[in-house]
Amino acid sequence: MADTTGYGYRLVTEVDPIFGKLTLQAFPFYDPIIFGTFIVVVIVGVGVLAALTYFRLWGYLWKEWLTSVDHKKIGIMYMILGLVMLVRGFADAVLMRLHQAMAASGGTGYLDSHHYDQIFTAHGTIMIFFVAMPFVTGFMNYVMPLQIGARDVAFPFLNNLSFWLTTSGAVLVMISLFVGEFAATGWLAYPPLSNGEFSPGVGVDYYLWSLNIAGIGTTLSGINLIVTLVKMRAPGMTWMKLPVFCWTSLCANVLIVASFPVLSATYALLTADRYFGTQFFNAELGGNPMMYVNLIWIWGHPEVYILILPIFGIYSEIVPTFTSKRLFGYTSMVYATCVIMVLSYIVWLHHFFTMGAGANVNSFFGITTMIISIPTGAKIFNWLFTMYKGRIRFEEPMMWTVAFMLTFVVGGMTGVLLAVPPADYVLHNSLFLVAHFHNVIIGGVVFGVFAGIVYWWPKAFGFRLAPFWGKVSFWCWVTGFWLAFMPLYVLGLMGVTRRLSQFEDTAYSIYFVIALIGALFVAAGIVAFLIQMAVSILNREKLRDTTGDIWDGRTLEWSTSSPPPAYNFAFSPRVHELDAWHHMKACGYRPPEDDFVPIHMPKNTSSGIVIAGILTAFGFAMVWNIWWLAGLTFVASLLYSISHTFNYNRDYYIPSDEVRDTERARLGLPKTPMPEPAE
Amino acid sequence: MKRTRVFFCALAALALSGCNLVVMNPSGDVAQQQAELIIYSTVLMLIIILPVMALTVFFAWRYRESNKEASYEPDWDHSISLEIVVWSVPLAIIICLAGLTWVATHRLNPYDPLRRISAEQPVDPTVEPLIVQVVAMDWKWLFLYPEQGIATVNQAAAIVDRPIEFQLTSDTVMNSFYVPALAGQIYAMAGMQTELNAVINQQGTYEGFSANYNGFGFNDMRFDFLGVDAAGFDAWVEGIKASDASLDRDAYMALQPPSVVIAESEFSRIADNMWDRIVNMCVDPNDLCRDDMMMVDALGGGGVAGLIYRDLFRGICSVDDPGALLAIIRPELQTLVEELNTQASLASDPGGQLQDIEPL
Amino acid sequence: MHTQAPIAFYEREDPHHGDDHQHETGTMLGFWIYLMSDCLIFGVLFAVYAVIGQNYAAGPAPRDLFEIELILISTFALLFSSITYGIAVIQMQARRQLATEIWLVITGLFGLAFLALELKEFSHLWHVGATPMASGFLSAFWTLVGTHGLHVTAGCIWLFVLLAQIQMHGLTPENVRRVMCLSLFWHFLDLIWIGVFSFVYLTGVLL
Repeated sequence: MADTTGYGYRLVTEVDPIFGKLTLQAFPFYDPIIFGTFIVVVIVGVGVLAALTYFRLWGYLWKEWLTSVDHKKIGIMYMILGLVMLVRGFADAVLMRLHQAMAASGGTGYLDSHHYDQIFTAHGTIMIFFVAMPFVTGFMNYVMPLQIGARDVAFPFLNNLSFWLTTSGAVLVMISLFVGEFAATGWLAYPPLSNGEFSPGVGVDYYLWSLNIAGIGTTLSGINLIVTLVKMRAPGMTWMKLPVFCWTSLCANVLIVASFPVLSATYALLTADRYFGTQFFNAELGGNPMMYVNLIWIWGHPEVYILILPIFGIYSEIVPTFTSKRLFGYTSMVYATCVIMVLSYIVWLHHFFTMGAGANVNSFFGITTMIISIPTGAKIFNWLFTMYKGRIRFEEPMMWTVAFMLTFVVGGMTGVLLAVPPADYVLHNSLFLVAHFHNVIIGGVVFGVFAGIVYWWPKAFGFRLAPFWGKVSFWCWVTGFWLAFMPLYVLGLMGVTRRLSQFEDTAYSIYFVIALIGALFVAAGIVAFLIQMAVSILNREKLRDTTGDIWDGRTLEWSTSSPPPAYNFAFSPRVHELDAWHHMKACGYRPPEDDFVPIHMPKNTSSGIVIAGILTAFGFAMVWNIWWLAGLTFVASLLYSISHTFNYNRDYYIPSDEVRDTERARLGLPKTPMPEPAE
Repeated sequence: MKRTRVFFCALAALALSGCNLVVMNPSGDVAQQQAELIIYSTVLMLIIILPVMALTVFFAWRYRESNKEASYEPDWDHSISLEIVVWSVPLAIIICLAGLTWVATHRLNPYDPLRRISAEQPVDPTVEPLIVQVVAMDWKWLFLYPEQGIATVNQAAAIVDRPIEFQLTSDTVMNSFYVPALAGQIYAMAGMQTELNAVINQQGTYEGFSANYNGFGFNDMRFDFLGVDAAGFDAWVEGIKASDASLDRDAYMALQPPSVVIAESEFSRIADNMWDRIVNMCVDPNDLCRDDMMMVDALGGGGVAGLIYRDLFRGICSVDDPGALLAIIRPELQTLVEELNTQASLASDPGGQLQDIEPL
Repeated sequence: MHTQAPIAFYEREDPHHGDDHQHETGTMLGFWIYLMSDCLIFGVLFAVYAVIGQNYAAGPAPRDLFEIELILISTFALLFSSITYGIAVIQMQARRQLATEIWLVITGLFGLAFLALELKEFSHLWHVGATPMASGFLSAFWTLVGTHGLHVTAGCIWLFVLLAQIQMHGLTPENVRRVMCLSLFWHFLDLIWIGVFSFVYLTGVLL
């Protein structure tokens, strides 16, 4: 129960030899909201499991998806993970908006501090790590190998493992909703608040273990995609003929590899402080909490660009396609991306100007931050001049892009404003800041994710999304965004701090109510999007695209069928120009019809899901101090990984007949006498 | 797109009417300058943001597919002159903004003494700033007024137009001291002292709070900040002097446990060296002060014996007894010890010196 | 045939087909990038040591704790293991399986010796009370040195697993690639140790 004089709930501290700290009290049955959610999740979960069993889909799911090393399927699974977690993270957002609107209108709201604090922490953590990251990684996984004319990523098994490690982290966060609690520290868990003294419960442990496990997955995926880009580009695709999305992916992955280890190390130090009582971030015996804040933002700022750069890439693919025109200023786009990549490492201190660094230090970091807006501005201009003298088809992806351009510049402007240290002194930690980063993340990343989903959906599934519900979703999202966050800018200027759950001043009421209405619009946007997917799947035959190139695309992914065969390209494409597929079409390219050769492909493996499953149990055991299980699962994961390396039989050949049948079926040519075309 | 403009007008209207945008209409000169900086920066950026937004809408409309009038050049993808504009216009604006930032950051450095009381009034060099020592606790604010010898919880006062020097620390997690009407915020952190110089220009009661999330009682981490004239300030101090409580070690430790709702406490006296002990995290006589610990470390640490005999160091505070610590950890520095410490016998009898520490 | 376009748009010959060299360089590049990311982890730990490594909390400092002679011996054990690994690689390139295995075993023994000395040091520290909990300096020290030690442990496990695999399958391209990766890893750990030795031990004792 809530202890109003202490630090929230104090969970059991004695460690049982079998159950660790886990007791029946850890299950919040007394809480109607959580328990209700739990019931719903159980019902839905049982329903899904029953449906899978009824339709006998387990074998299919296991063989074709869960153990798949196909980058396309892994990419789609990343997108599904992102979507599921988006619903969870957004539910948190609505809870907060509703609570704040009630609390600011003279009531006290319906959440106590303890729950409210967990919700905003979970919202931030989930949205960054388990929504935005999976979406971005999903796009990079699905699209990038196709755009460079590769058959898969460089390390297909590693790709599968990365996905499952990310999922493992997400599962741990979801478990925390129903077993125990989540961190109530804010999404970056600054010590001393997050250390054992001030957060004695298991919340921060859930946070640390889930992000540690997911972080390893992200780093491995980053390495994988870099090698793919460096080593597996189609013949002729020199760096300056690389599609912009691939460039931005490359930069994002370099950022991942160069920043996620910092995050892992930092979390490891905090974990050591909590579990062993080391002194890294405790001021009493020679530690330094400011060190954590610095380290976490050395990861945190590049992270922002890890999210936005690939999304910039998506816009850079969409704009030329829907304006039927070459991208303006390809070279400067590439340089701008690289400049942003480098600069993102020297701005981290702008997240804590108020820590009391001197004026020289603060102005240095403020100015470097502003400098980033120059290449970013150049990118906006490039998209703008791509539209100039184009023939703009306002399909849904293009609508998202225009909405992005109009929304993002406002967020960019407030961002530069926050980079002016003295202005930051009055705006830091306020709702103005909250409005700013939602402005760039929703207006930039989320809009881009939706644009990308609509754009590449036909490629992935062979039919397009029904436009009507998409447009409903679009308008709900855009309206909802502006309604939800413009009031927060105003509230910030009224001196309202973030993370508050009680308000004395009812003057804030109207703004919080408008923000709530905005959040409900966004909710409608999400629902409309889900309806759009459902409607499109039901009407897929009507929406079918047999050309493989529904939007008159310009890059290589549109040169193969929709959905692409497992091997992507029957023959490795040879690239001569930027916008390779556009060039091929212009030259009257005809796809090959005969003389196929066997294709060398990696075999599926269950190692990824098994190792990640064991590590999930390990994380859970560590959270609850169930030491025997932790030891057991740790050793098990080690032994399983080692045994995986004893498997030398990892690849197979797709016979040339099967390739021929697939390709001829796609081209509508009569089948050869050979039986059994591949599905 | 239209919505954007409506919102901007609404925003501008609100800013102009200044209904209750305390950040834009503060009562202290520092916050006033920060608000002006926000406006200058915004205007500077709007020079480029507005044309970009307008062009986006215009191009989107003009080059729509159905408009066959508009020219169409599918292969046009490069223009040196446009590229120059695209890079140099943002560059020019950022150069201006960077200059502004550099100057403003230095002018408004919270550590520096004030340069002016208000736009019209320079600082009177003969007037010393009012020193207010601020401790963030779970979840309340403790204010110490060394000059007046008083301390308060969750209420602070300052004289209008007299510079204030806040010295900030925390007894707990990281907090951020923020009175929006007065000046921008600065973090308060345990074991460290940060600083904020500010001035209040109008009488009134203003809201102050911690702007940095600090746990369960975050909502209640609020205090009233009073701007009063000299006479009013004296009356306020007298009122507090009327109470009989003294802020000593026991009183402070009684305040330490986490609490969300607390009556405004007042202390008419402050025990010696309280602020030093708070900043150095050694109000509890069992704790070694941080500055002493740092001195020991600077001398090469307390040795392995320092681990086993860590109890020896407890309660030694160089504020009370400069040199006692040195005598234990570096007996070879005897000469130095003797200069500092008249009780030379301590050095040969480390066990006995614990009794010599007088509790405050 | 059908494709009479003036330029070829696809490769009739699969450029990746049966090309082990391609795959090998990909793995080596990936492993290099992994090492760089690992290097960043050590970078963080070194940085932490630089920030709080002088905060002894009135407890022991490096010169009270470090037995530099012992450290020197373990340093040489690790340096020699790099040399013996190098010889193993040379043997491997000469396709001499048995010699490769012998030199790998010698390398592993050096690694184990290093670990044994490190354990000895840690247990000594633990017994005098210089635990990682005692001060900022000790936290940073134990974590930096301990993380390196964990890497060496992982390297030793990998090495013996690899020996079993070479024994089972011989010097196949996969195994050769693995030996090369472990070689990178091993030398990398050596390099990190040189950093630890000079930055933590030498400066700790001399300054």
